[in-house]
Amino acid sequence: MIRSVIWQILNSSLRFERGRAVNSKIDISSVADLLAHVKAMETEAMERYQDLAEQMEVHHNSETAELFRKMAHVESLHVAKVLERAEGIDLPHIPPWEYKWIDGQTPEAASAENTHYLMTPHHALRLALGAEKRALDFFTQIVAQSEAGPIHDLASELRDEEHEHVELIRAWLDKTPEPDEGWDDDPDPPMLQE
Amino acid sequence: MTVNSAAAQAFSARDYKSDVKPVWCPGCGDYTVLSSITKAFAELALAPEEVAVISGIGCSSRMPAYLNTYGFHGVHGRSTALATGLKLSRPDLTVLVTGGDGDGFSIGGNHFLHACRRNVDMTYVVMDNRVYGMTKGQPSPTTEPDWDSALSPGGTGLRPFNPLVIALASGANFIARGFSGDPNGTAKLIADAIETPGFSFVEVLSPCVTFRPDQRDWKNMVRPAPVDPTEDIGQAARRLMTDDGLNLGVLYRGRRKPYRLAEHDTISDLADIEQQFTI
Repeated sequence: MIRSVIWQILNSSLRFERGRAVNSKIDISSVADLLAHVKAMETEAMERYQDLAEQMEVHHNSETAELFRKMAHVESLHVAKVLERAEGIDLPHIPPWEYKWIDGQTPEAASAENTHYLMTPHHALRLALGAEKRALDFFTQIVAQSEAGPIHDLASELRDEEHEHVELIRAWLDKTPEPDEGWDDDPDPPMLQE
Repeated sequence: MTVNSAAAQAFSARDYKSDVKPVWCPGCGDYTVLSSITKAFAELALAPEEVAVISGIGCSSRMPAYLNTYGFHGVHGRSTALATGLKLSRPDLTVLVTGGDGDGFSIGGNHFLHACRRNVDMTYVVMDNRVYGMTKGQPSPTTEPDWDSALSPGGTGLRPFNPLVIALASGANFIARGFSGDPNGTAKLIADAIETPGFSFVEVLSPCVTFRPDQRDWKNMVRPAPVDPTEDIGQAARRLMTDDGLNLGVLYRGRRKPYRLAEHDTISDLADIEQQFTI
């Protein structure tokens, strides 16, 4: 019974709804402020994928772990790119709870709660797609709310990059087989009420 | 809450993670509580060697192994007693206690009351999932009376323990509730709790995805408390007694002076301690 509930919930939660309050206005004060947000976003995305890869490794799900490792590597390249962009700019320090994320949480970090030890690469890519879409929403909102100028220009550039990422993940997802029904069946689960 | 921006950059949250890989079930709320704890430490610029994390037994009590601060994975239910001894003998350390609802409120219930009463300067983070997960899903003191499961057919029918009310009545100086699905908000609560002198209690709703998959729905149910934190214990009592367990934020912040040993009671020399055991 528990497994079927997990199945239903995992599939519904993978629609990338996080159910949190939303910021209607993202108040970015400068290019340095925006870059500080981007750096935190990409860093946390990379670290989250590393954590998810570790979780899958602990549960001997090597196929999905490998995919999360790849995603972590891709995000590490994004971190390097942000640091390059920010060279010579003094980025402000922002406590994690004071970033102006849409729903209070780093948009590009894959949802840690929407995972399962038997999840497939298809599930992992759906998580990644959700993360990229949230990042796209974040920059789209800044573009819509900022006036012409350096913040608007940088946010537009970042929005276009995130749009590309969304399309890349979609294409990857299309090539990745959907999980078979009963993908979460486990005759000897690590934890189950007896 | 004040954060020293310059000092806060001295450490990143990653600096507090050990090389030990967590063995929690993927999707468990405790992963994000771990992240919240490391973010709070980083913001407070606490050097790892200036922090001790003490725990009891249970899934969430594995926390010290996953951190590279000092740590002690102690005896079931006795984490606050251990932490009290440590803080009194080493007041220079920041002491954080972590555990679950079964460890803290059942086996450790008595220690919980007296830790609140003593008001020693430490922070107790309880990851509440309303179930004993490590031992395969028995109801805990905070389980709803009608939670129907293989191990409690038809539910226990018992009134759940209300840890926040008990903490207030017993003398805790800071009481807050967080949600693992809000790691940044929870990090702020933990940082605030550490900075507030005295015994700080932070309940974090942390879903058990294996035995309580229904708790995934908490993300659609929790909400910021609609009122500001209060210093008035009577007002806090009224609020907490009528609280439905889903209001997040600082719910009480008192002004009790933390208990400390008198200067002459503090033994700093190992030879002095040995002397007391000489027959």
